[in-house]
Amino acid sequence: MATLGAPARAHAAPQALSDSAAWRTIASTLGVATFIGVWVAVTSLGLVPPTFLPSPTAVLARIVDLTHEPYSGSLLQAHLLASLRKFGLSYLLAVVIGVPLGLLMGRFRFVDWLVSPVFEGLRFIPPIAWVPFSILWFGTGFLAPTLVIFAGAFSPCVLNAYRGAKLIDRQLIEAAQTLGARGWTMLGQVMLPAALPHIVAGLRVSAGFGWQSLIGAELIVGSTGLGYMIVQGESNLAPAVVIAGMATIGVVGALIDYTMRALEDWIRRDWGR
Amino acid sequence: MDEVSFVVAEREFVAIVGPSGCGKTTLLRMAAGLDFPTGGAVRVGDRQIDGPGSDRAVVFQQFALFPWKTVADNIAFGLKCRGTAESARQEIVSHYVALMGLQGYERAFPHQLSGGMQQRVAIARSYALEPSVLLMDEPFGALDAQTRVGMQEELVRLSRINPRTVLFITHSVEEAVYLADRVVVMTRRPGRIREIVEVTPVRRREGWDACERIEDVMDQESFVHLRTHIWKLLREQHGASAH
Repeated sequence: MATLGAPARAHAAPQALSDSAAWRTIASTLGVATFIGVWVAVTSLGLVPPTFLPSPTAVLARIVDLTHEPYSGSLLQAHLLASLRKFGLSYLLAVVIGVPLGLLMGRFRFVDWLVSPVFEGLRFIPPIAWVPFSILWFGTGFLAPTLVIFAGAFSPCVLNAYRGAKLIDRQLIEAAQTLGARGWTMLGQVMLPAALPHIVAGLRVSAGFGWQSLIGAELIVGSTGLGYMIVQGESNLAPAVVIAGMATIGVVGALIDYTMRALEDWIRRDWGR
Repeated sequence: MDEVSFVVAEREFVAIVGPSGCGKTTLLRMAAGLDFPTGGAVRVGDRQIDGPGSDRAVVFQQFALFPWKTVADNIAFGLKCRGTAESARQEIVSHYVALMGLQGYERAFPHQLSGGMQQRVAIARSYALEPSVLLMDEPFGALDAQTRVGMQEELVRLSRINPRTVLFITHSVEEAVYLADRVVVMTRRPGRIREIVEVTPVRRREGWDACERIEDVMDQESFVHLRTHIWKLLREQHGASAH
């Protein structure tokens, strides 16, 4: 049957593609179904008492409750909003400082030499290790988690901008120089767009780290936010609240990543070339 | 490179030919301010060159267009850096778009254009700055033979309409003789000037400019004579370096 050559191949390719798409859906659904199935089985057969693990339906019901009955002073969406606000502010700060710094390090060896030793030393301190320090400095207010998220989100911004800057075709920089580009024009009009695909990849990684660091920080220092809500749930022995919080964190994190990936794909596809 | 010294006059088109490794590209890069001589100096007018600048725009072999900018924005880039007002910028851009036959492609991106068209954009981008010296580093080296011929004719036409001071690097002897007023022939290791061949007197005497097409010029006995002369200069050194 393969002796038909070209037409047979031309026919086979799209079919194989749709096959793999179908298989993907089946496998993904199977994965989710297994996860929930085990959860349902374990809870409904009474293998684990509901004080440790409530059933999926109990968690879902709890999530619905949380959206109109305040828990620890706020509704679920208010906790979420508080978390997103902290995240948004420090993520923005990390991007606005990190990306230009990375580009400058990639452009000027002197800046690279100046910053690298300090940066390399600091970036291996896990964000969570910044928590005690940030409490010393900022107490338990808004700024403490902000610093922790910044610690998580900053490095990938710098590293990817740096790598992106290093990989810019040297001739493009030279062409810009001979056309009279200097200083900020060079940085903003030439290096930033030329390194953009790398930078956006960094922004995505950075958003993930930042979001995770935020929850970590809130577990310890928050007085609002999803992390704080989880801790309150734990001390009130309300496992459904704990899991509801975790589920929200997971889903929102995935949404953030999905958005960033869409941005990344769009840039890779439509960014010249 | 050693003892390379020559002067390019205003509105003169000088081509540099030489074997690879003779330093002709380094010479152009020094004029651009991208490389620096270990001794001696490069001057434009009275000013010694200490870095790149838009008074010496470069056309690169690989075009080096900004892939995220449209044709019009690429051409406008240098003017924008210079702080030219928006209205003046648009006027200059559309002038060079028309001159280089790029009408209808203003909003296209470089990757949507053929190599020849991309190099037209790069040339327009440099010309738009009206630089004191235009530096061209094998600008047609990456193009296929037919496109290359078209671009050479275009460049001759352009320098008749809009004569500029040009320093042009090439390894094609024909290209050098066809385009240049003077051809600087260089030797390899150490890179030195072998001879500077005057083309303009021959071009005027033999009326090359009356020819529309490059092949009509290349057919002329005077052209063949000059080309052969330069080939011999290049081959002599090749023989010498083999020993």
